[in-house]
Amino acid sequence: MTAGGGALRGVWRASSGRAGLAFLLFLVLLALAGPLFLPDPFRQFGLLELADARPSAEHPFGTDQLSRDVLSRVVSGARVSLAVAALAVALSVTLGAGVGLVAGYLGGAVDGVLMRLVDGALAVPRLFLLLLVLAVPERVPLVALIVLIGATGWFATSRLVRAEVLRIREEAYVRAAEALGASRRRIIFRHLLVNTAGPLLVTATLGVGDVILLEAGLSFLGLGVQPPTPSWGGMILDARSVLVTAPWVGIFPGIAITLTVLATNLVGDALRDVLDPRGA
Amino acid sequence: MTRVLDVRDLRVSFPTADGRRFHPVDGVSFTLHRGETLALVGESGCGKSLTSLALLRLVPPPGRVDPGSVVRLGDTDVLALEREALRRIRGRRIGMIFQDPMTSLNPVFTAGDQIAEGIRAHFRISKAEARERALRLLQEVGIPDPAERLDAYPHQLSGGMRQRVMIAIALAAEPEILVADEPTTALDVTVQAQILEVLDQLRRSRGMAVLLITHDLGIVAGRADRVAVMYAGQIVEEAETAELFANPSHPYTQGLFASVPRISGPLRRLTPIRGTVPPPAEWPTGCRFRPRCPQAFEKCVLAPEPLPVGPGHRMRCWLAEPDAASPTRREPVRATSAQPERSGGD
Repeated sequence: MTAGGGALRGVWRASSGRAGLAFLLFLVLLALAGPLFLPDPFRQFGLLELADARPSAEHPFGTDQLSRDVLSRVVSGARVSLAVAALAVALSVTLGAGVGLVAGYLGGAVDGVLMRLVDGALAVPRLFLLLLVLAVPERVPLVALIVLIGATGWFATSRLVRAEVLRIREEAYVRAAEALGASRRRIIFRHLLVNTAGPLLVTATLGVGDVILLEAGLSFLGLGVQPPTPSWGGMILDARSVLVTAPWVGIFPGIAITLTVLATNLVGDALRDVLDPRGA
Repeated sequence: MTRVLDVRDLRVSFPTADGRRFHPVDGVSFTLHRGETLALVGESGCGKSLTSLALLRLVPPPGRVDPGSVVRLGDTDVLALEREALRRIRGRRIGMIFQDPMTSLNPVFTAGDQIAEGIRAHFRISKAEARERALRLLQEVGIPDPAERLDAYPHQLSGGMRQRVMIAIALAAEPEILVADEPTTALDVTVQAQILEVLDQLRRSRGMAVLLITHDLGIVAGRADRVAVMYAGQIVEEAETAELFANPSHPYTQGLFASVPRISGPLRRLTPIRGTVPPPAEWPTGCRFRPRCPQAFEKCVLAPEPLPVGPGHRMRCWLAEPDAASPTRREPVRATSAQPERSGGD
């Protein structure tokens, strides 16, 4: 039995965790398989007769101002949102774990400098920082968006990992490994990193929800994912002008955001219950 | 006999809040020869575990081994080594077994993984070969179904099996010295005997030297060639095991024997040593056992050096001086003037 498999089974046993996991699984499958049976999200079905059309059998979520199928765009937006969230979180978890491990294991001056830098970074609101950077260039490539979100999201993670490392390095088995002649690299990556994997996994999962919200917010402000690439935040931005006459254009991406964030949080909480039964 | 380990005047110190340093290990000297077992005996807090950690420079910061201490492994001056050279000695020349097999194994790796880690830290061999050797080690330490235990996680093993795994890990790089820090404290009495038997067999088959650290004189009796008794950071008496048991000379050693129940002989009341071991920051000047010693006299305000009692038998006590044997000087002096007697509880 691997630890990862056991954790997943544990999440599945909790009803809320199962609901969240099932929804995310469904969403990922839909995002991957959607193009097989849904119309092209960029296709305009006829600006005159099919702009802002009500939901119908042909267009279950209706169409937008440009007569594009809203369902296709929501599904396509899922691909973008999930990809941005997954990659950005992967980046921030890597950075956070790296800095936390180094600070916690080496301690002393290294720890002091790194953690004061993190303190400083945590004092700046993340959204302001992102707005400042993103507002300058004309267009922001998707990769740059991912890197920026990832690079501004690891501060709290590094503190968490550092705290865990400080605890674990006092464990007898770390001293036993040192007495065995294990190298520093080995102790850091094998004994410390692997034993922080639990809390790290929980933060990462909860972080995905945060990043989806953040990306939607940035896109809503026109600073995130750039049109015509569909994104949930961008769709709500487009829907502003027709919110009263054609509410489905904005409601469905809104529901998608809400459900996805809810699902990741349910999974994250269930994961925490499994991996860290002591925590409240 | 080949001398494999030479420890001289070992001092380990920790800083106090007011900027001074106190010395939980204060001038410990001993030697260890190939194939012999030396037992380091003492109460909790006497510095015996710190002594063992200092051998591999594993004293946790902010503690440190003080300059002037000597730890010599064959021709190697351990205290002068650079980090990588030090790493190569850890496990390879001195293997360590820790007190608590419940916490000394990493919960997320299998027994086989952890033994293989010890092998691969020192030998360039493939994972498959390391696994093969790990299996042989598990057989050697007498684990039932070794092939199956190789893939077991620590929580799937009993305490005795975990301690055997710990021994296998300590032996992984074929060290010439094995340091066993209270290897049986956490185990049932029957398992204790088995573990000690395994250690003894390994010592004989591999010609290892064993430093056995314990608070249990009963363990020492059958297993050790020599015994060093520690009190308050110093070795207070050292002798061959039979000699020490026949002729315990330091009042502290005598006190230890008097407080252990005997199975044979007439039934008698146990005599505890009065008081408790004071914490390192409050050790008295002069002889450190003085405040608790029933035989203390005037000279005890001076710190005794190790003095000969008999062949290979030394103790840190003024009673070892020939003229100290006169009855007048032996008259117990209740903890005198400067040093008020400490109350029993802590």
